[in-house]
Amino acid sequence: MPGRGAAVKHAMRFDGEPKEVLSVQSLCVQAGGRTLLHEITLDIWSGYVHAIVGPNGAGKSTLAHSIMGLPGYHVTSGDILLDGTSIRDLPIHERARRGLTLAWQEPARFEGLGVAEFILAGALQKREETLREALAMVGLGPALYANRAVDRTLSGGERKRIELASILAMNPRIVMMDEPDSGVDMDAMRFILEAIQGLRERGTTVILITHSLSVLRHADHAFLLCAGRLIEKGTADKIIPYFEGTCLPCKHVNVPDKNAVGAAS
Amino acid sequence: MSVAGDGKTAVMDSTRLLRELLDSIGRHSFAPGVAHVEIHGNRVLRSVLVPGLLVEPEEQADGVSVKIRVTAGTVLEQPVQFCFGMVPAKGLQRITLETHIEQNARATFLANCTFPNAVEVRHVMDADVTVEKGAEFVYRERHVHGPAGGVVVVPKTRVRLFDGARFSSSFQLTSGRAGEVDIDYRVDCGFQSVAEMKVSMFGRGDDRIRVHETAILNGAESRAVLTSHIALTDEARAEIFNEIEANAPGARGHVDCKEILHGRGKAVAVPIVRVNDPRAHVTHEAAIGSVDSRQLQTLLARGMDEEAATEMIIQGLLR
Repeated sequence: MPGRGAAVKHAMRFDGEPKEVLSVQSLCVQAGGRTLLHEITLDIWSGYVHAIVGPNGAGKSTLAHSIMGLPGYHVTSGDILLDGTSIRDLPIHERARRGLTLAWQEPARFEGLGVAEFILAGALQKREETLREALAMVGLGPALYANRAVDRTLSGGERKRIELASILAMNPRIVMMDEPDSGVDMDAMRFILEAIQGLRERGTTVILITHSLSVLRHADHAFLLCAGRLIEKGTADKIIPYFEGTCLPCKHVNVPDKNAVGAAS
Repeated sequence: MSVAGDGKTAVMDSTRLLRELLDSIGRHSFAPGVAHVEIHGNRVLRSVLVPGLLVEPEEQADGVSVKIRVTAGTVLEQPVQFCFGMVPAKGLQRITLETHIEQNARATFLANCTFPNAVEVRHVMDADVTVEKGAEFVYRERHVHGPAGGVVVVPKTRVRLFDGARFSSSFQLTSGRAGEVDIDYRVDCGFQSVAEMKVSMFGRGDDRIRVHETAILNGAESRAVLTSHIALTDEARAEIFNEIEANAPGARGHVDCKEILHGRGKAVAVPIVRVNDPRAHVTHEAAIGSVDSRQLQTLLARGMDEEAATEMIIQGLLR
């Protein structure tokens, strides 16, 4: 196990120059009349595990949701290219059919909808074998889970793993995972990290949205966001000092404003 | 006509009607040992019974009266299959059911009500159910309607639960057009009895749906859950009034009304809670709205188009 402050070293199997598969160009996004993302430009390389990190409110989820095309986010300028072609005006399902998908920080509950039906919803091969493999990859037994509903009887961690199973069954080219460690216990997290490794081995491009050091350590490359701006990019090792208490090179100050306290009294 | 529970088959001279009726519910045969009764209009086409199950049908001018008894201590391992229906486009079917589940007996009835060609059909069901001490009764009613929506369904059911009895019912009308449906169910719960009633319906076109379910918790520590899940599209309308009254210590109840509107559907949901004993506790939830956006976005992000995703979410809710 690497110690705190060091990235996990994966056997890199990339030959030659990284090839960009997704490109975000000078993206500005507004929601509710406020600009949440300012001129974000970044390239996502095919087959790599990327991380987008930053404090709460940095714009990490906004960026992922904007790339996925979720409603409520207004792209005021800039573009999003998939394989060099703009997807900015495509609806969600068309982006998904081109190989892009998203795992939510808190997966939805579906009253009455069976686990098997949910997992196979986006699978090209709607077979029993696909279901079994996907559940096995997230450490859930098909006999125990296939006939259950994706509802409140499942814990948050179980829903998180079942959502990941649905992504594994879909076999997309690019997966954005919003806070994969949110609300899961150590055991569930182990399976989620193994599933990320499984995606890596399949050649799937993974984008981890996180503010967790333990998740960041599994990335090959990371982007640091703060206050809606991209302020640093590089290897996980380069970004890790941010988690060591040194909020560099951003001027973000995460302490109470003494002047504000004085003004109140 | 009276048919004893001796396993013998009383075959009526209506083979074609029987075949058409069963075809409409996708059923062609029953496994040995499965009790089943088929009623078309006012005629009992066939009944196959098992020991411990007594069925006394009596043909009337516009329907059939049926007395059903599951004798004390009998446990029917296989569900009893009923098929009520009418193949012609027009007509009236009035079913009167008197069901008695004796002490410590256990039974499940699956009732298929089928009107596949209805243009002007009226189906009236008056049911009186008694579940004696320690007995368990499950009643599942599934409706198969045609595409025209020309059917009026008026089911009225009164249920009495004695000490420790359990009753579970479901009414499902999710394929074809609902037409006009006016459901009125009431259950009176005795000491430590349990009632669960669920209605699931999909209204399309100009369908009109009215649901009134009531549970009266008179017995101490009795429990009831009333659930109505309705999806409406096009110009369909629905009114749901689900009511629990708790009059005894330790009584517990919950009312759940959920309605999904798609297109120009309109709905009213009124959960009514009355508590007359401070040691009782009844809760309710009611929600009317479009398909949940997070659910929809999740399925869209898997590549499903909006129509298919919406259908999957609605069908899940109506299960």
